[in-house]
Amino acid sequence: MPAPIRLRELIRTIRTARTQAEEREMIQKECAAIRSSFREEDNTYRCRNVAKLLYMHMLGYPAHFGQLECLKLIASQKFTDKRIGYLGAMLLLDERQDVHLLMTNCIKNDLNHSTQYVQGLALCTLGCMGSSEMCRDLAGEVEKLLKTSNSYLRKKAALCAVHVIRKVPELMEMFLPATKNLLSEKNHGVLHTSVVLLTEMCERSPDMLAHFRKLVPQLVRILKNLIMSGYSPEHDVSGISDPFLQVRILRLLRILGKSDDDSSEAMNDILAQVATNTETSKNVGNAILYETVLTIMDIKSESGLRVLAINILGRFLLNNDKNIRYVALTSLLKTVQTDHNAVQRHRSTIVDCLKDLDVSIKRRAMELSFALVNGNNIRGMMKELLYFLDSCDPEFKADCASGVFLAAEKYAPSKRWHIDTIMRVLTTAGSYVRDDSVPNLIQLITNSVEMHAYTVQRLYKALLDDISQQPLVQVASWCIGEYGDLLVSGQCEEEEPIQVTEDEVLDVLEGLLVSNLSTPVTRGYSLTAIMKLSTRFSGVNRIKKVVSIYGSSIDVELQQRAVEYNALFKKYDHMRPALLERMPIMEKSASNGPTEIAQTNGETELSVVESKHPLPITQPANQANDLLDLLGGNDVVPVIQTTMPTKPASAGGELLDLLGDLSLSGGPAPAPSVPSSQPSFLLDGLSSQPLFNDIAAAAIPPMTAYNKNGLKIDFTFERANPNPNIAVITIHASNSTEADMTDFVFQAAVPKTFQLQLLSPSSNVVPALNQGTVTQVIRVLNPQKQQLRMRIKLTYTLKGSPVQDLAEVNNFPPQSWQ
Amino acid sequence: MMRFLLLFSRQGKLRLQKWFTPVTDREKKKVIRDVTMLVLARPPRSCNFLHWRDLKVVYKRYASLYFCTGLENQDNELLTLEVLHRYVELLDKYFGNVCELDIIFNFEKAYFILDEFLMGGEVLETSKVAVSVSVEEADTLQETMEEYMSKPAY
Repeated sequence: MPAPIRLRELIRTIRTARTQAEEREMIQKECAAIRSSFREEDNTYRCRNVAKLLYMHMLGYPAHFGQLECLKLIASQKFTDKRIGYLGAMLLLDERQDVHLLMTNCIKNDLNHSTQYVQGLALCTLGCMGSSEMCRDLAGEVEKLLKTSNSYLRKKAALCAVHVIRKVPELMEMFLPATKNLLSEKNHGVLHTSVVLLTEMCERSPDMLAHFRKLVPQLVRILKNLIMSGYSPEHDVSGISDPFLQVRILRLLRILGKSDDDSSEAMNDILAQVATNTETSKNVGNAILYETVLTIMDIKSESGLRVLAINILGRFLLNNDKNIRYVALTSLLKTVQTDHNAVQRHRSTIVDCLKDLDVSIKRRAMELSFALVNGNNIRGMMKELLYFLDSCDPEFKADCASGVFLAAEKYAPSKRWHIDTIMRVLTTAGSYVRDDSVPNLIQLITNSVEMHAYTVQRLYKALLDDISQQPLVQVASWCIGEYGDLLVSGQCEEEEPIQVTEDEVLDVLEGLLVSNLSTPVTRGYSLTAIMKLSTRFSGVNRIKKVVSIYGSSIDVELQQRAVEYNALFKKYDHMRPALLERMPIMEKSASNGPTEIAQTNGETELSVVESKHPLPITQPANQANDLLDLLGGNDVVPVIQTTMPTKPASAGGELLDLLGDLSLSGGPAPAPSVPSSQPSFLLDGLSSQPLFNDIAAAAIPPMTAYNKNGLKIDFTFERANPNPNIAVITIHASNSTEADMTDFVFQAAVPKTFQLQLLSPSSNVVPALNQGTVTQVIRVLNPQKQQLRMRIKLTYTLKGSPVQDLAEVNNFPPQSWQ
Repeated sequence: MMRFLLLFSRQGKLRLQKWFTPVTDREKKKVIRDVTMLVLARPPRSCNFLHWRDLKVVYKRYASLYFCTGLENQDNELLTLEVLHRYVELLDKYFGNVCELDIIFNFEKAYFILDEFLMGGEVLETSKVAVSVSVEEADTLQETMEEYMSKPAY
């Protein structure tokens, strides 16, 4: 048989192939030749054949039949064979292969070979792809080599040990003795790999970390030498001596200094030195600075150093090099939580990065911008972010839209601004908003009672422009269904009311039903909206016609809705007004969105508990009526079932007043369903009862929580239903001094096992001489039925001077928490 | 640590692949396809970093070859650019004005040089000279000189 062709020859031949098919043919031919050569057990050419096989493997062709040949090559005495054999093993024999373990013995022998380059090959193979079993078997050999004086082998053994530890963490202890004098090496290769080994050990084991903390001075010294030493041609990169080693040392220092004051202090000086002296004209200097900044931010550095670090990042942001701007944004994102104010200073630069052409930078800038939004900069930031939303690539739009919604919910300066922002997002990126944003938005709109007319008008106008964006269309049709009466009556206060007739509105909604752009879900929304308008508009016939047409729609969902609505017209027309009445304000569940129930920090800290979405505080009378109707037909009447409904005097408490009425006038025996034929009775009940009631006919006695300097705070209690674990406390603050107490703020904190929700106070001014009280409702969730304790903080201004006081409230009556 | 190192041409042909974690063949092909497509799609003057799955991908183009690596979260991207550059310098020193063809025809040499510079995804030797010396000395140990010593005529 003729000698197999040489590797280079084969490569040249294959490259002449003009088509994929031609290449495949050549390769198949060669593979066949190689296979028969393998079968002949030809030692001379095995190396050449495996090399060719590896080339073909790189082109994407199967090469598994060469696996055993690699093993034979490794076992050969010739260095050339071993070299190709180990290369083949690394490419073809990863740990998922059955024959992988067969290498173990060969590697073991080669680790003890007389030639260091053979030992090197074995260490390299083990260190790149050794399996756990292999590592377990050979760890001892590696450990031995870690202690040799041959620096070529020592550095390879160190990285091999790193691999062993990664695969079999339990073996870490074994390498501990060998690490004793690793850092006293002069050879940079050994130093570098030793630092990597130490880093790996410290990352994996807190004990090792504690043990190696004592190396900090030595590391600092090595780093100092690198910086101060003169030009060393062997390790120089653009004027910096061994940047790879410098960066690894900085990283190890970061791990050692984290949460440890002494170590952090020991490295303060060197970090400052590196931060100020490193040459920044080339990438390599910036790489070191970057690592330094990360280290400074992670350890317990003094504030001057931290400011220096943030300033370096600020300078990075202005650098021409895109890579450097990118890492600056990434690092700022990491530090924005801890050093928020410092990062805020660079806000304008960050916002400018939103306009960068580079996609990676834009994404980072967007994330960082959202992290920087707060109550003070919300208007400006939102303008920039909305502009970004308009012009960004589709891949960003969903995330940006969600971010805008979240930020708007947290920091909206006014309801109108909030609605406007939402409208802007829906109209510009309406098809990219997440599915759950539609119900969230609807809920938000319901809660902004005074903006209903404005909202529905704007949504209607948006619909006239564009009906392709489904989330926008869904929210709009829901609103038109709910508030269509406001739309046609032209009641809008916020802007110029538009003149719209009922027919025009119905035209738009019917248009949605027939349009090809509408999804089935959207069609469902518009059909329901049309139906709701039957109680709000005067012309019902048109609606009846539409509904009956869709009774035979192919879409099952639409058909079902239409048939049910039809039935409503025909047989249950008397129930229609009640069923289609205005929706009540929905209480947002605690799981999504910003906190309704705010977690407090336990007793030691006082947390400011603010109400973001107050429950029905400002409720116009018709809302109260709607609620009545609901309660009328509803089983769940909160107060009735519990022990004790005091009349809580809450701000805007028409709702709670009603509940109070129910209980007092309905008698003690729980009557779960108050029949709807009694609405008038309840209404009467409302009008005859004063809003603020001091009736203390309470099973839970009220208590005085605080009485000092003329300010008296009483607590009255009520148990909420359906959750008996919630106690509703109403505070009544009264002022017996001669002057008003202005800017009155009441704050409360409870131990960790409780949850607290503070609603808006009735006012910020406690009138003098007991002329009136400020009330505020607190809801406390006490699932573990522990004794209720509270720490309160009161701030107010009396006669021009601010007063602040802290107090503990421990004398809660047992019934309030049992 | 680096998870992988890939060299590929502008047409997407693979010239070198080094994997530092165990990966199935199928997964390897997928990774190569995905990363190659991502990198080749980047406009010319972009930033050299991008995010892919949970890794940071750092890439640099040298003439007709892309050098591309996947990093873990705590690795320093700017330094990795230096690592890639160092590898190119080592290839250049060995082959003398290295070009893509050198790497195609001498791929096994490219691997040998890589194995003296990196191991297990970490930098093994920081001195250019030391790496070159090791590779050259190892070359002298090779028994059949004719197979490997002379530069082939393309």
